[in-house]
Amino acid sequence: MNTALRTPRVAGLGALALVLALAPLSFPNAYFYDVAVNALFNAIVCVGLNLLIGYGGQISLGHAGFFALGAYGSAILTTRFGLPPLAAMLASAAAVGLLAFAVGRPILRLKGHYLAMATLGIGIIIHIVLKTESWLTGGPDGMGVDPFRVAGLEVAGDRMWYWVAAALLLLAVWVALNLIDSPLGRALRAVHGSETGAEVVGVDTGRYKMLVFVVSAVFASLVGSLFAHKNGFITPDIGSFFRSIELVTMVVLGGMASTFGAVLGAFILTLLPQLLAAFEDYEAMVLGAIMMGTMIFMPKGLLPSLALLLARRKGGEARP
Amino acid sequence: MFAEFLQYILAGLTSGAIYALAGLGFAIIYNASHVINFAQGEFIMIGGMATSTLVAAGVPLPLAAVLAVLVTMAVGMALEKFAVEPARGAEVVTIIIITIGASIFLRGAAQIIWDKEFHSLPAFSGETPILVLGATLMPQSVWVVAVAMVIIAALWWFFNRTLFGKAMLAVSFNREAAQLMGIGVKKVLLVSFALSALLGAAGGIVMTPITFTNYEAGIMLGLKGFSAAVLGGLGNGMGAIVGGLTVGIAEALAAGYLSSAYKDAIAFVIILFVLFFMPSGLFGKKGTDRV
Amino acid sequence: MTLLRVDGLSKEFGGVHAVENLSFAVNPGTIHSIIGPNGAGKTTLFNLITGIYTPSSGRILFEDRDITAKRPFELARLGMSRTFQNLQVFFNMSALDNVMVGRHLHLDRRFIPSLFRLPSIVRADARARADCAELMRFVGLDRYVGAEAAQMPYGALKRLEIARALAAKPRLLLLDEPAAGLNATESREIDEVIKKVAATGVTVVLVEHDMKMVMGISDHILALDYGRKLAEGTPAEVGANAEVVAAYLGAEA
Repeated sequence: MNTALRTPRVAGLGALALVLALAPLSFPNAYFYDVAVNALFNAIVCVGLNLLIGYGGQISLGHAGFFALGAYGSAILTTRFGLPPLAAMLASAAAVGLLAFAVGRPILRLKGHYLAMATLGIGIIIHIVLKTESWLTGGPDGMGVDPFRVAGLEVAGDRMWYWVAAALLLLAVWVALNLIDSPLGRALRAVHGSETGAEVVGVDTGRYKMLVFVVSAVFASLVGSLFAHKNGFITPDIGSFFRSIELVTMVVLGGMASTFGAVLGAFILTLLPQLLAAFEDYEAMVLGAIMMGTMIFMPKGLLPSLALLLARRKGGEARP
Repeated sequence: MFAEFLQYILAGLTSGAIYALAGLGFAIIYNASHVINFAQGEFIMIGGMATSTLVAAGVPLPLAAVLAVLVTMAVGMALEKFAVEPARGAEVVTIIIITIGASIFLRGAAQIIWDKEFHSLPAFSGETPILVLGATLMPQSVWVVAVAMVIIAALWWFFNRTLFGKAMLAVSFNREAAQLMGIGVKKVLLVSFALSALLGAAGGIVMTPITFTNYEAGIMLGLKGFSAAVLGGLGNGMGAIVGGLTVGIAEALAAGYLSSAYKDAIAFVIILFVLFFMPSGLFGKKGTDRV
Repeated sequence: MTLLRVDGLSKEFGGVHAVENLSFAVNPGTIHSIIGPNGAGKTTLFNLITGIYTPSSGRILFEDRDITAKRPFELARLGMSRTFQNLQVFFNMSALDNVMVGRHLHLDRRFIPSLFRLPSIVRADARARADCAELMRFVGLDRYVGAEAAQMPYGALKRLEIARALAAKPRLLLLDEPAAGLNATESREIDEVIKKVAATGVTVVLVEHDMKMVMGISDHILALDYGRKLAEGTPAEVGANAEVVAAYLGAEA
């Protein structure tokens, strides 16, 4: 699709780095760092989720479940079993990856709404388990998490977290771009285009769907772990159905099959409630209206639609 | 022992009837447009909330119920006209986000129009329990099941005996051919949303005396209705009814014998289990790609 | 030796025999055509050979190896590739990327090296890109090397599928109605492409509805009717077969 967005990978990464480096200058107050870190975290999850939805053409309405499992995995392993945060984070990600692999086998054969239903179900089941098993998770009241320490250094304060999250987002974007531009990523996009067409030239479509499902789940889990340590306190609602929807909306709003679009979508939807805070009661209505409006008028999402507009303005070829 | 079992079955049938109505709502819209309307649960919520407000304002219940159904149908048609129709032909995930956006919008609107409190309705014919083989049956449960049955019968009549109903089925079978035969596909879409809204609202009204309702009540009901529809096989009306009753009864049994905390998870456990083995639900058409 | 052998192959759909007890062999280096009226079971046969459908009974051997009920991607690994009557183009990708997917099996697809974009991957991909652009020119798609698949006309997409299939470096290429929906000029051009492909040593099996078209390019023809073999032989033999002529007249009149 948007060749114009894909080729200047270095330029895109550079621009993103610049934005991330300069953004703090515009923060009105220290509290804003907290919002920004959440935006960055969401962006990383969305970069992974976009590999699944935008490039692989699959659907997941349950990714907040994987995020929550990463968060609770880290919380439980560090506070109850005394594991160092980094080890807990990796162990949780490995477990989530295994879980995604196990459920992926049967559900990735499903298509369209059936896949949506199955992933939605998995997300909701995870959410209910986290809410119910209070002996382990603290139940609906949530549980506390220790700060993130690695090699004697503690990541403390929103400012420090900002720089850590920004660096990780750059890493995630770089890795995602690499993957998409590789033969493996091409096969993945082909699965989206036509599974039959891909199979007859040797693409094991089941394997690629599985791979990207597991990768996107691991992305969510890793960020979930970091979120738990950063926040110091987590509740099961980080894994709610609504959160899953929010993540998918970020991806689709920013632009499916566009890594930078996913980042943009995550930024916008994380910052939006801050802007809407003034409307308070109308927040849900405005959010719903934005979801409907963008999808109706820009079904390809913000970034690809903007790119198309620019291409037209330049007199370049635009798709009909 | 048996009385207990029967008690759970009766409870399951009651909620199952509501899930079946919601599932049918999904099926009707899916057949007409291949859209999954995630705002189906909000129809249920609006029906209940509107009736309860009208009754509280002194409107007699039957009139209040009719008005509430009409309001909900208007909402359903507006949703089709302004959100679904303009996005025709978009990818599945795009349309999912539109209808989820609609459900969030309606929830937000409900929170402003009403509030965050629970609303109720008096039971339609008193609260004196009926004893059935040692189990107690609330008269309202009879209302729920009876209303569901009447609606299902009316739907059957509509789709099998009226010209327009048959036309709607024709559209679900083959859109192009139906269009060539002069069936207004746009009108069919609009009617399908109105019908689904009617089903949802009716379910919401008869359910409210038992469960109460608030602005968020539609979320879980909608998702359960979706699982009922998928369980039966998307677009299969009878499947949605069977799916709804299965989910309702399984839920009640699980809540009674296993753990009430996991009640809400049961629908999804069942649906996952079924989809693992039957990727198109119990009665769904097997999809084979023609190449 | 034979490249492909079909042995007593049958496929039933709900009691209807789409293909019934069919046997034939394809020799390497030939153009082998399968003809027959609509509903003769040609496409079903293709779908059976390429693993899209599973046979009800019978065997399929490729280079003397039993490939019955193998999945399409496994067959591609063994050296078989195909095109489709109902196009299976990746419309979300550029034309060149479509062809490069065909090169999939010959490129490094390991996860970790892809994740870090190792130089070896970048180099191999650049080479593949040049090769695939060359393949596009080979099938006559010079104009579309820089195009998006979604922008291309129908006739060009049919060639794009041929280029994609060739990119997999198959020894056996199956073409499902390559000329269907094309005008006379385009049909002739496709003929030329098929001959060029065969000249490179790739064995071609094609399904065609139009008997006249295949007469000119085929070494061997298999005529089907109602899923059964009607006749087999050189174009001259099959063209002179009374039953074949009758089947066509009966179906076309």
